[in-house]
Amino acid sequence: MFPPIPIFKNKEVEDRSQVFKASRRDFLKLGSLAAGGLLLGVNFQCSGPKGELVTFAPNVYLSINSDNEVTIIAHRSEMGTGIRTSLPQIVADELGADWSKVKIVQAEGDEEKYGNQNTDGSFSVRMFYEPMRKAGATGRIMLIKAAATDWGVEPSECDTADGMVIHSGSGKKVPFGELVAKLKEAPLPAEGELILRDFSNYKLIGKAVPIYDLKDISQGKAVFGADVDLPNMKVAVVKRCPVIGGKVISFDEEKALAVPGVVQVVKIEGSYPTGLDKALEGVAVIADNTWSAMKGRDALEVEWDLGVNKDYSSAKQMAEMLESTKSNGKVRRKRGDFDGARRSASKVIERTYEVPYYAHATMEPPTAIADVKADGSCEVWAPSQHPQWARGAVATALGVDASQVTVNVTLLGGGFGRKSKPDYVVEAALLSKAAKTPVRVQWTREDDIHFDCYHSLSAQRIRATLDGSGNLTGWNHHTVFPAIGSSSALTEVQPSDGEMGLGCTDFPFDVPNIRIESHESTGHVRVGWLRSVSNIHHAFAIHSMIDEIAEARGKDPVENYYELIGPERDIDFQSEMVDGAYPNYGEKIEEYPWNTGRMLNVVRELTEKSNYKAKKEAGRIMGFAAHKSFLTYVACLVILDKDSNGNITIPEVHYAVDCGVGVNIDRIKSQFEGGAQFAMSLATASEVTFENGVAQQSNFDTYPIIRMPESPKEIHVHIVESSIKPTGVGEPPVPPFIPALANAIYRLNGKRIYKLPFKV
Amino acid sequence: MPQYSININGEQKSIDAPEDMPILWVIRDLLGMKGTKFGCGKALCGACTVHLDGQAIRSCSMPVSALGIGKITTIEGLSDEGNHPVQKAWVEHIVPQCGYCQSGQIMNAASLLNQNPNPSDEEIEQAMSGNLCRCGTYNRIKEAIKTASNS
Repeated sequence: MFPPIPIFKNKEVEDRSQVFKASRRDFLKLGSLAAGGLLLGVNFQCSGPKGELVTFAPNVYLSINSDNEVTIIAHRSEMGTGIRTSLPQIVADELGADWSKVKIVQAEGDEEKYGNQNTDGSFSVRMFYEPMRKAGATGRIMLIKAAATDWGVEPSECDTADGMVIHSGSGKKVPFGELVAKLKEAPLPAEGELILRDFSNYKLIGKAVPIYDLKDISQGKAVFGADVDLPNMKVAVVKRCPVIGGKVISFDEEKALAVPGVVQVVKIEGSYPTGLDKALEGVAVIADNTWSAMKGRDALEVEWDLGVNKDYSSAKQMAEMLESTKSNGKVRRKRGDFDGARRSASKVIERTYEVPYYAHATMEPPTAIADVKADGSCEVWAPSQHPQWARGAVATALGVDASQVTVNVTLLGGGFGRKSKPDYVVEAALLSKAAKTPVRVQWTREDDIHFDCYHSLSAQRIRATLDGSGNLTGWNHHTVFPAIGSSSALTEVQPSDGEMGLGCTDFPFDVPNIRIESHESTGHVRVGWLRSVSNIHHAFAIHSMIDEIAEARGKDPVENYYELIGPERDIDFQSEMVDGAYPNYGEKIEEYPWNTGRMLNVVRELTEKSNYKAKKEAGRIMGFAAHKSFLTYVACLVILDKDSNGNITIPEVHYAVDCGVGVNIDRIKSQFEGGAQFAMSLATASEVTFENGVAQQSNFDTYPIIRMPESPKEIHVHIVESSIKPTGVGEPPVPPFIPALANAIYRLNGKRIYKLPFKV
Repeated sequence: MPQYSININGEQKSIDAPEDMPILWVIRDLLGMKGTKFGCGKALCGACTVHLDGQAIRSCSMPVSALGIGKITTIEGLSDEGNHPVQKAWVEHIVPQCGYCQSGQIMNAASLLNQNPNPSDEEIEQAMSGNLCRCGTYNRIKEAIKTASNS
């Protein structure tokens, strides 16, 4: 009854989508939380020497004890979005807790218990806004009932605030802690009783709440993946085959073992295709400390069979892909007759676009700790975006049941999609099993750049046709890139419907003739998903082209956007899909329509708040793009200056965003501030290329990301106030920034950008 | 294995380490202080920044044998309760996103303000250009440094 997760198609991700589907069922259960569902009963515990500490837990996310401590479970992974604060913030607001005293505890990976924990796709708030509200409201209603009974008043005359139940008539107050002992036999609220607060009454939702870990981070106390210390823990560094798909022929461990501190050398068996959740072929050096392991790896001698990708050249593949876009591809969406439009056109604009492989380059390189015990069970500590997938992958690799694997989630030093993939967690588990002691596997930066699950390289060709009156009559978009599915199945030579739905088949402009085609390409390295995924290259190409169309039509880019989007409507993509489904990020289009009115409202907000008109009249150099992704509407304006030395700077960036209800206003802003900078690295700094199957970049010297002097000087985020159900903001800032910057560069120096990265 | 006596956060610590072991791994693996982070191993990202006699250095690229009588300060030793002006400014501006690079950013900023209590925007940008942040907190870092410099 629910659409499958759209993004992936292959076997491995079918497993992943099973996880998603199962979670959707949990979500349903959570949706009917009042009726029971996941919360089959209230959990009630007495502890302390005399049982004096009483804890009441109306559901898995919330507990309150007789010491007035409110504990909220964060079940999604914190990689910098603020989700570990934002979801508990929702629970606390409905509960009426004293936020300053709320304790947040990170959940282990357990789907049965917590529902979906795959922190990905910008859907944490989208998926859990309602369940978290209900989780908090359940507690509030039960506490109010207990207090009202004591006072002999109607529950409807009471409310909660600052960790107390308050009677409005008499002003009587009682702290939550004094009520919990009375809740031992209390029933959960019935469906009709579970009344949520009115949006206008929220004190935390919609506010700028500081992140929970702020002080710990600023004092160096926050615990990331490599910061867990276990007794007798060893450290492993792995020498992986430099070419994906290669095998170890032989290795000489003698020199490695001669390095002081090295205790063991272990071969890791890889497979091909590699998948995204298996260890890569290599030889691990296990040592007493990280430095010894690194030195041991340097000394290790391995003879490789480099395998089927030993001649792989990304430049050659790019040339082939560009060539393929000139032929007829597989039609994915069709409206009208593009060829007819082309024949009768008075002008055809044809452009090609190239985007390279990108590595995630999280500041924390992949790392994980595993402790495989004598009974075969395994406990993991890992910076994982997807602890449930990690749990399953470790269980499979060790040949045990998932119930024997515990995955503890630390803070993540950046994720961006890299740490969804549990390959590095599997490595730790295999090595702990071999070493019979806890092992931390540590990736170096070179490992990270050489063996990432990259954002795929891509080639695109777009043809746009204009009639004699300057109307845009036809749109033909060809896209080709190795699909994420190719990492797991070499037969996956076409992008999935999900990947096509990320900024390509959801082309929103009101053009009478549309043909969108994809082409075949094969995978030679691991490709995965990077912050906003295929939206990166699709949005770059589409909104660069739209800017050229504006110029050809003699229109201001914003005016052009209004005209091309057309009348206010919900766009029906599905009827134009050819042999495929329009995925809509896994949501029903009726529930989350592509509404042109909301987009134009965002564009209006952008132009007003940025003083676009005045700036234009003043001759400022500006680039514009507006792009919806992950169900969130975003418009972006990049402003450039050139100083007397010819240096280009970005004095201002403006974003306008409609993400429905904004839960943590400050974290929405910070995602956009950071998203602009992340996108700037993709646009101007980073790329990975391959020759002879080997990545040619290895550290921040050859794979640069932007530094503070290059960063936009000011990033303004204008949030549209909304009470519509929330979407997400982790990824949506990235796609429109790149074409907005490219369009601004054109206005500065007259050169159109067709290839990333470009020099500013 | 050579033995070293090193001064870290005001305490003298005795350790056995190979002479080429970077101070980063002495701090993290041998002394168990986890606030200083590994990011690149080549002094390219600044995540491992600590102070040597009050000046910012990249601990991933300085061998323990080069330390001598120099005094190391890590994020754990910057203040007792997180009350260094830079730390307070970091909290005020809600600078961190993932937080991983922030120990290094804070140590580098504190070192900058030691030497230049009132840096201009350009001086901040130049001084902080060796500290990478993938989440993109550069604007808030800059604002926090300005706040700290005024306190």
